[in-house]
Amino acid sequence: MNPVNYLYLAALLFAIGATGVLIRRNVIVVFMCVELMLNACNLAFVAFARLHGNLDGQIIAFFTMVVAAAEVVVGLAIIVSLFRSRHSASVDDASLMKL
Amino acid sequence: MSATAVHSLWTTTAAASVNDGIDKIDAPNIEYGQLAPTLIVIGAAVIGVLIEAFVPRKSRYYAQLFVAVVALAAAFAAVVALAAGGYGTTKARIAAMGAIAVDGPALFLQGTILLAGMVAIFTFAERRLDPVAHGNRVDSFVAQAGAVPGSPGEQAATKAGFATTEVFPLALFAIGGMLVFPSANDLLTFFIALEVFSLPLYLLCALARRKRLMSQEAAVKYFLLGAFASAFTLFGIALIYGYAGSVSYGTVAKVVDGTITTVDPALAGTMGNDALLLIGSAMIVMGLLFKVGAVPFHMWTPDVYQGAPTPVTGFMAAATKVAAFGALLRLLYVVLPGLRWDWRPVMYGVAVITMLGGAIVAITQTDIKRLLAYSSIAHAGFILAGVIATTEDGVSSVLFYLGAYSFVTIGAFAVVTLVRDAGGEATHLSKWAGLGRRSPLVAAVFAVFLLAFAGIPLTSGFSGKFAVFKAAAEGGAGALVVVGVISSAIAAFFYIRVIVLMFFSEPKADGPTVAVPSPLTMTAIGVGVAVTLVLGVAPQYFLDLAGQSGVFVR
Repeated sequence: MNPVNYLYLAALLFAIGATGVLIRRNVIVVFMCVELMLNACNLAFVAFARLHGNLDGQIIAFFTMVVAAAEVVVGLAIIVSLFRSRHSASVDDASLMKL
Repeated sequence: MSATAVHSLWTTTAAASVNDGIDKIDAPNIEYGQLAPTLIVIGAAVIGVLIEAFVPRKSRYYAQLFVAVVALAAAFAAVVALAAGGYGTTKARIAAMGAIAVDGPALFLQGTILLAGMVAIFTFAERRLDPVAHGNRVDSFVAQAGAVPGSPGEQAATKAGFATTEVFPLALFAIGGMLVFPSANDLLTFFIALEVFSLPLYLLCALARRKRLMSQEAAVKYFLLGAFASAFTLFGIALIYGYAGSVSYGTVAKVVDGTITTVDPALAGTMGNDALLLIGSAMIVMGLLFKVGAVPFHMWTPDVYQGAPTPVTGFMAAATKVAAFGALLRLLYVVLPGLRWDWRPVMYGVAVITMLGGAIVAITQTDIKRLLAYSSIAHAGFILAGVIATTEDGVSSVLFYLGAYSFVTIGAFAVVTLVRDAGGEATHLSKWAGLGRRSPLVAAVFAVFLLAFAGIPLTSGFSGKFAVFKAAAEGGAGALVVVGVISSAIAAFFYIRVIVLMFFSEPKADGPTVAVPSPLTMTAIGVGVAVTLVLGVAPQYFLDLAGQSGVFVR
């Protein structure tokens, strides 16, 4: 199968994730969309690794997974503390500071 | 599978040939001496985590502060030793199997980050500004980050004298990532360094003692937008990897230039695909412009600067900018010089709207932290003017500007922590009216910082702006310099307005008080003033130093 198709799929997933970040209102869902974007990157890395016949892309995919896990740890800590003090996980409610 | 083959899984005689293969793998060659600054800081951060686990609560603050300061001083000494050993100029090289560059810009920026980090650690450790709570001196950070604001749990934590001493290891991890970021020599190291310094900063933003809801909100905004931006960066890296078949800066640069000698069929196919290269580099640069707060990607800056604890704001404003501009310079000058006819017009436009946007929106601000945030956006525009010069002078002027700017910023935010009322820091501008009559010294020091931001002669701001604009003009961006001077004039308006407000208006009856800080914050402010005046009056030595460090290794 032509590896370019995997690239199209990665771009599509990335676009879905980016759209989700922009239009969804729940912090957790927004964060999940960011994770989807990171996984789209992984797919692109692995597809390119196959295309070029070297392992760099596959190794980077592992690093990306670790980074995504670290991001979850930090992100959920912040989101949960926000939720506990406001009883809301909507990005629209977090508006104490405005221009 | 035969019996002998299974047997060979756990016997050595039959597996001798396999062992031979393992023996032939070359161990990676790591130059520990040349990586010492980063290793010292990260090691100290790990020790800091262990201190949290094993040292009794009462002595943690002192232990953490000691470890952090000693580590930063030792790392700075290592940077100086490397620079004195010629690694910045003649012996510049690529270390750690191609992952880290040790060269002039890297060492200069690492030195700047370490000194700025040390000064910022002093402001983190300040415990005399807030009133004593239940017999315990308290710093700017929350007693227990997990406690709900205003809950009995939080009160109990405050009463028990808890302190979030984790801020010291978090800051050290952030500094460690910042040391790697401008010296990363492949895109994987680049991305990991980006995350290593961003993640602790997200947490630090959420830890303010006062105004905790705002602090948590700032952290969520910074985290979501930061993660969004780094996802873009990562996809950009994937596309560049697809284009060049490698993530090493040197190889990518060769493929971009078209000077690569060994081209396999797959690479020959992807090399011709400019869409991969252009979209990929645009996405990586986008992530970096987010980190420096340049205008289309600046929306997070005012909110995060306002909500974060003020010492953290100062640290972020100074050190993040240094690290991110260092990485941006290396990316544009080492990886993408073959593409400069494509990125220069884009960066030109970004610099123009960043300078003008930051300066114009700052005029309408009524909160001192937001004002400084927009001022930092405008400064990002000035620095970008030096970046697009694409000459050696451009690099060294940016290095000098970053060094001058970072200490002024930390000093200015340190002054903001001193002006307080019952609710904590009094950041609304109206409260600063008449401050010069009540505490002339503090107001005078802040006025010096504001004049440096405005770029008045005899301050570091002037030398920095002059160097950057000179490099930009010589690099063929004369129109950009005109825009820069105009936006400096606009910016000077609101800096001077604050000075007028402090010195020429009547103090209010219910105005804020100025807290007397410990020697820690005094040092931070003193260093800021000293750097401002020394770099303003006698900048030549430091300009020469930056001039000598303007060459990247490739």
